[in-house]
Amino acid sequence: MTVVPPAVVTGETEVAPGGVAKRVGKRLTSRTATVVSILIALLWTVPTFGLFISSFRPENDIKGDGWWNFFTNPSFTLENYQEVLFGTSNVNGRLASYFINSIVITIPSVLFPVFFCSLAAYALAWLNFKGRDWIYIGIFALQIVPLQMALVPLLSFFSRGVSLGGVTILPAWDLQGPDKFIQVWFAHTCFALPLGIFLLHNFMADLPRDLIEAAKVDGASHPKIFRSVVLPLIVPALASFAIFQFLWVWNDLLVALIFAGGNQRTAPLTVRLAEMAGTRGNEWQRLTSGAFISIVIPLIVFLSLQRYFVRGLLAGSVKG
Amino acid sequence: MASARRRSFVALVAAAGLTLGGGLAACSSGEKSSDNLDKPECAAFKDYTGIAGKTVSVYTSIRDAEADLLQQSWKQWADCTGVKIDYEGNGDFEAQLQVRVQGGNAPDIAFIPQPGLLEKLAKAGNLKPAGDKTQTMAKQNYSADWLKYATVDGKLYGAPLGSNVKSFVWYSPKMFKDKGWTIPTSWDELISLSDKIAATGIKPWCAGIESGSATGWPATDWIEDVLLRDQGPDVYDQWVSHSIPFNDPKIASAVDKVGSILKNDKYVNGGLGGVKSIATTSFQAGGTPITQGKCALHRQASFYANQWPQGTKVGEDGDVFAFYFPAVDPSKKPVLGAGEFTAVFDDRPEVQAFQTYLASADHANSRAKLGNWVSANKGLDIANVANPIDKKSVEILKDSSTVFRFDGSDLMPAAVGAGSFWKGMTDWINGKSTKDTLDYIENSWPK
Repeated sequence: MTVVPPAVVTGETEVAPGGVAKRVGKRLTSRTATVVSILIALLWTVPTFGLFISSFRPENDIKGDGWWNFFTNPSFTLENYQEVLFGTSNVNGRLASYFINSIVITIPSVLFPVFFCSLAAYALAWLNFKGRDWIYIGIFALQIVPLQMALVPLLSFFSRGVSLGGVTILPAWDLQGPDKFIQVWFAHTCFALPLGIFLLHNFMADLPRDLIEAAKVDGASHPKIFRSVVLPLIVPALASFAIFQFLWVWNDLLVALIFAGGNQRTAPLTVRLAEMAGTRGNEWQRLTSGAFISIVIPLIVFLSLQRYFVRGLLAGSVKG
Repeated sequence: MASARRRSFVALVAAAGLTLGGGLAACSSGEKSSDNLDKPECAAFKDYTGIAGKTVSVYTSIRDAEADLLQQSWKQWADCTGVKIDYEGNGDFEAQLQVRVQGGNAPDIAFIPQPGLLEKLAKAGNLKPAGDKTQTMAKQNYSADWLKYATVDGKLYGAPLGSNVKSFVWYSPKMFKDKGWTIPTSWDELISLSDKIAATGIKPWCAGIESGSATGWPATDWIEDVLLRDQGPDVYDQWVSHSIPFNDPKIASAVDKVGSILKNDKYVNGGLGGVKSIATTSFQAGGTPITQGKCALHRQASFYANQWPQGTKVGEDGDVFAFYFPAVDPSKKPVLGAGEFTAVFDDRPEVQAFQTYLASADHANSRAKLGNWVSANKGLDIANVANPIDKKSVEILKDSSTVFRFDGSDLMPAAVGAGSFWKGMTDWINGKSTKDTLDYIENSWPK
């Protein structure tokens, strides 16, 4: 793993405007780079592979020795999957409902930020107004604020509302039961905005000025330009941001735990996964199969959108 | 292709919308606000009137299968009174509870396993003192030894719920019988038994203290248990309340006594490796070598009964069982244990009623019948406790000669009890000297 940084560093040190992306691209396709990346990929996959093998081993084997013993002493069972998906106890049998919760949480938490970020990025890139750069810098700087800092104030904002010197400015939201999804969407959207705006802004600012001006000359208003000219051009960036956000929200435990709670009606899959081992962790063999069940959707999303992902990543970040 | 993808996406969103809508509809349709107290099976609960149709939210660290049993245990009460119990269990309970309380989103009732945390919340004014009925019920069913852990500034904040006994040494009855070993009844007998076992080529003790971010806690239990035996309950109390320093010579003596077992190469770590393997073995796997005949003794709490590999029979005639961790002076009977306390953040009548019910013998028995439960409730009928190790625990807790002390690390400030004490003990196992370890923990005590 220590082999990689030099390749990247040399790419960065020779900063020549214009050709950087090309040179990085070239470096990344050389033979040594390919060998190194295959090695890294293998190294990274081994633990996941081990987990995968483990998920098919009987409980006592998992607890007794390492997954590699599977090859000398193969024993195969689907019991772990059976237990997690269709277990007879109250909570186990309902993995499906947590799955739905995860989907209900994730989809709006991806769509809202994508929508707001693209609008904000457009405004910051192509509308001329006073203080625009300062606002952009402010948003950019917000990325360094860890979200953990905002948890308690945000929770208090939902449950107590906002009041200043005894005057209620915003009442408490007082959301109960399934309404708590709204809190989660709100929280995820807030936390996604700085990075999203930054990514999309960089991408949008790179669009040729002529294009926008031509549209203006043709009498297009800003909403029209945004919809017909800009939006189709930034699809790769939108898709890559959407995948980022999707993976982040799908795998998120902390935000969901605080804003959705651990209740079966609102908690996502990650919350259930964290509980699955039991109060004292005695059923941890279930985590093997549980992890793979929770991976399924992100894998599908990632694989079906990966071509955007690579394109969007390079375009959004490497271009100066 | 593109349109197919779009269609499936629309379907997904629609599905999401439907579930959400369905959930909202189910919620707004409203629950029946009538109770069933006049039914014959509800005779025991006829005092809990006027709370039908209300909801009580519960937040605990108990989850998965045990949570199912707990919810089942109060189902009849909930059906009879018409109260809905909204249960939530979480592994990160201690941290999450504080976030929720600060964020103004506290649950109605929480089962708090750390009296230290309960005290902190009570002093900050977040908790409501127990109502009159709860107090009466708690005093009737629990000894003062237990209630003092839920009492802050003279006010009782809740009653104990479940408990566990930590002063147990697990062994294999079959192995003991085959080799002709007998169960020790004093510390000296325990050590001579260990020597005897060591002479046969088996390392007598096995232990594991790895437990993720809580690595080290099983070792703190060792120290507490031995301190209770080596120095007695009074020194133990002084140590917990920090009226003697953590690095007091009396504490060092107890730690060294633990070291004579846990850091003794002849004694550990049966079937797992050398002394340092204690730090890398998970607490769940710490006793497993007993089932393989590679280790003879494993000191761990009653709840370890659930950690044995599938198919292991727990019982006096089974594969594994536990004996009472003997005292230095066999006439004394110090017991280390732990448990959770019910504490309320709201004093609405239905919340108080639920708290009262949880302190009652009705609930203790209802929960015990479902199995896997130990409680210090005096009204608990031992016939309802099926599991042999739970039975033994309840017997110990009920025994009037028992001197009970709560797990010290749960009473200390979190910085020590859930921080430097764990870490210090892990370093200690890894070779740090007793003096350095205790100095380190003493320095970390919040001033």
